Amino acid sequence: MHMNRREFLQLLAVAAASGMALDSRSALAGKAPAGFYDVPRHGNVSFLHFTDCHAQLLPVWFREPNVNLGVGAAVGRVPHLVGQHLLKKFGIRPGSAEAHAFTYLDFTEAAKVYGKVGGFAHLKTLVDRMRAQRPGALLLDGGDTWQGSATSLWTDAQDMVDACIKLGVNIMTPHWEATFGADRVMQIVNGDFARAGVDFVAQNVVTNDFGDQVFKPYVMKEQNGVKIAVIGQAFPYTPIANPRWMVPDWSFGIRDDGMQKWVDDARANGAQVVVVLSHNGMDVDLKMASRVTGIDAIFGGHTHDGVPQPVQVKNAKGVTLVTNAGSNGKFLGVMDFDVRNKRVISYKYRLLPVFSNLLPADPDMAAFIQKVRAPYEAKLNEKLAVTDDFLYRRGNFNGTWDQVLVDALMAVKGADAAFSPGFRWGTTLLPGDPITMERLMDQTAITYPETTLNTMTGETIKTIMEDVCDNLFNADPYYQQGGDMVRVGGIEYTVNPNATIGKRITDMRIKGKPVEADKTYKVAGWAPVGEGVEGEPIWDVVAAYLRDRKVIKGVKLNTPKIAGIGKSNPGIADYSGELS
Amino acid sequence: MNALRRNVLKGATGAGAVAVAVAAGLLKPTQVLAAPRSAFEAKNVADALSGLGAAGAAESKDITIKAPDIAENGAVVPVEVTSAIAGTSSIAILAEKNATPLVADFDLMGGTQGFISTRIKMGQTALVRAVVTAGGKNYTATKEVKVTIGGCGG
Repeated sequence: MHMNRREFLQLLAVAAASGMALDSRSALAGKAPAGFYDVPRHGNVSFLHFTDCHAQLLPVWFREPNVNLGVGAAVGRVPHLVGQHLLKKFGIRPGSAEAHAFTYLDFTEAAKVYGKVGGFAHLKTLVDRMRAQRPGALLLDGGDTWQGSATSLWTDAQDMVDACIKLGVNIMTPHWEATFGADRVMQIVNGDFARAGVDFVAQNVVTNDFGDQVFKPYVMKEQNGVKIAVIGQAFPYTPIANPRWMVPDWSFGIRDDGMQKWVDDARANGAQVVVVLSHNGMDVDLKMASRVTGIDAIFGGHTHDGVPQPVQVKNAKGVTLVTNAGSNGKFLGVMDFDVRNKRVISYKYRLLPVFSNLLPADPDMAAFIQKVRAPYEAKLNEKLAVTDDFLYRRGNFNGTWDQVLVDALMAVKGADAAFSPGFRWGTTLLPGDPITMERLMDQTAITYPETTLNTMTGETIKTIMEDVCDNLFNADPYYQQGGDMVRVGGIEYTVNPNATIGKRITDMRIKGKPVEADKTYKVAGWAPVGEGVEGEPIWDVVAAYLRDRKVIKGVKLNTPKIAGIGKSNPGIADYSGELS
Repeated sequence: MNALRRNVLKGATGAGAVAVAVAAGLLKPTQVLAAPRSAFEAKNVADALSGLGAAGAAESKDITIKAPDIAENGAVVPVEVTSAIAGTSSIAILAEKNATPLVADFDLMGGTQGFISTRIKMGQTALVRAVVTAGGKNYTATKEVKVTIGGCGG
């Protein structure tokens, strides 16, 4: 961050006014608050865990959501707490560096004080520091690592594969990795990873024909003489949420019974510690932990929940810890177990924010990243527009960045309405930031980027919205897919998350007029999961729109009215729409 | 990975043994049907159950249905039914919202384990119902399988 003395003092004043003064002075001086990264080892078995970095090799801004509603038994429970509710639950001081990392509160001001997060060169420094105190600690990569940036798309994931090997990843499980196609996944698993000794594990991926394991279900390792097993759990709904044709011979699913079988198998083979590296999403992990016995901890991802401390879940034979380690390279989870008499007797867990200003870049990793980017720099840095608005994605219903995407789709395609998938990845931009091609690719870099323009009846539109809404708000976590609600441009609506499928979406309107079931509308969209769909890539459509607009300002966020959740649900705060 | 098993099976037969038998004219399709044709042609669950002679089947916890919570492909949904009820002599599967709900009915010879595994086609989210006949009585259990449009996850 570059600033003159006057700006520096102004910032301190802003920081003080919003209660940030305590940590912010040291942060601005480029120093970590006292003790921030001082994490002495506890016990004798350690795991380091990052997940859902979405191929972000360099530091980024990433705003946590202000809408993350729980349904059924999850109402008001971790991870469905936002803002002050989350701070209170975990005893985090408002205005502190951690408060900035874990919540959306005062995001733009706090971002200027604490700086960007993540970046593999900074993450590498932190990993090495933790490992120095924990010889033999295992580094676990929870997946969604190969997808999410321009360079990972353009290098066919090779940049991330090389970066993860350099980072020292030991064990990985997949989700978006599958969207590079089954052949590419196997090429990496049996090639680069096999040579580097990286294990790729997933107990819940089997062949469609005979149900044979596609990957190793688990690996046994040893730390300080203690035998441990790490079981993989890939995203169970990969062939549904993403194109099935890309992994035509593989079946996924939750497979509790398989999980129990492999836990028992690992224990029978002498494992004293059994952990699961999971891409289930936190609500699914919590349910799985209550049903499957014998797991010490589930290191979770997918739902991008930055959860400061594990949830302790009781089951028939004991307690399983469930963590979730956020996204975009923003956090490193550090779990220390004290194992005595062949069992875990205590643990200590920290979810450390990776503040790039407070962790020097590892020179070797920084040089590697520079080399990877070099051929693409001109393309990455093309300035498409400037944003006067704060652009973010995360939230159950909409984000300003997604609004720009649907606005662009409607404008360029001449559509009445537009849909954009409820992805949870995608970086944040502060007011005044340039929108470069790289930042646009952060929102759109997928292997099935085609845009479409379809004629749909009002009934079809409602069916699609109800279907996606049920994937998010089904009261049973095993029926949830873990994304957010489809972003909707041009259609105002009311949503009741606690209703059942077919009854959640009401009062749909296009340009103020009720959507009629048998009338047809032109609807634009992108990211088709069906095979053979043709269309201009989303980034070209939006780039054209941004070049034309030059300045993005006054983005009007289309947020639904939310009914039936009460006025004091801790999963929502500062909502710009109506609540009832 | 059982590469040997895979190759042997793929090499040996392109189609299942029953299909081969039908194609060879050894069995007429109607002879393969365990339940009466009327049950398979029934347009709703109640009629299909009547056709099976299983109207009023008792709910049973001794029947386990293994099927995905959300189908990966509605055209081929894997379903396994295990009956722990002694003397199980047949297992039928219904997809309740299919145009013709009765999908399959298997007769089991005496002493056979109460287990079947197959793939069924489902047009939409519905209960998959298993109906077990044992000792002249009928038992039933259900599991919901969601069929979704897909996309938009993660």
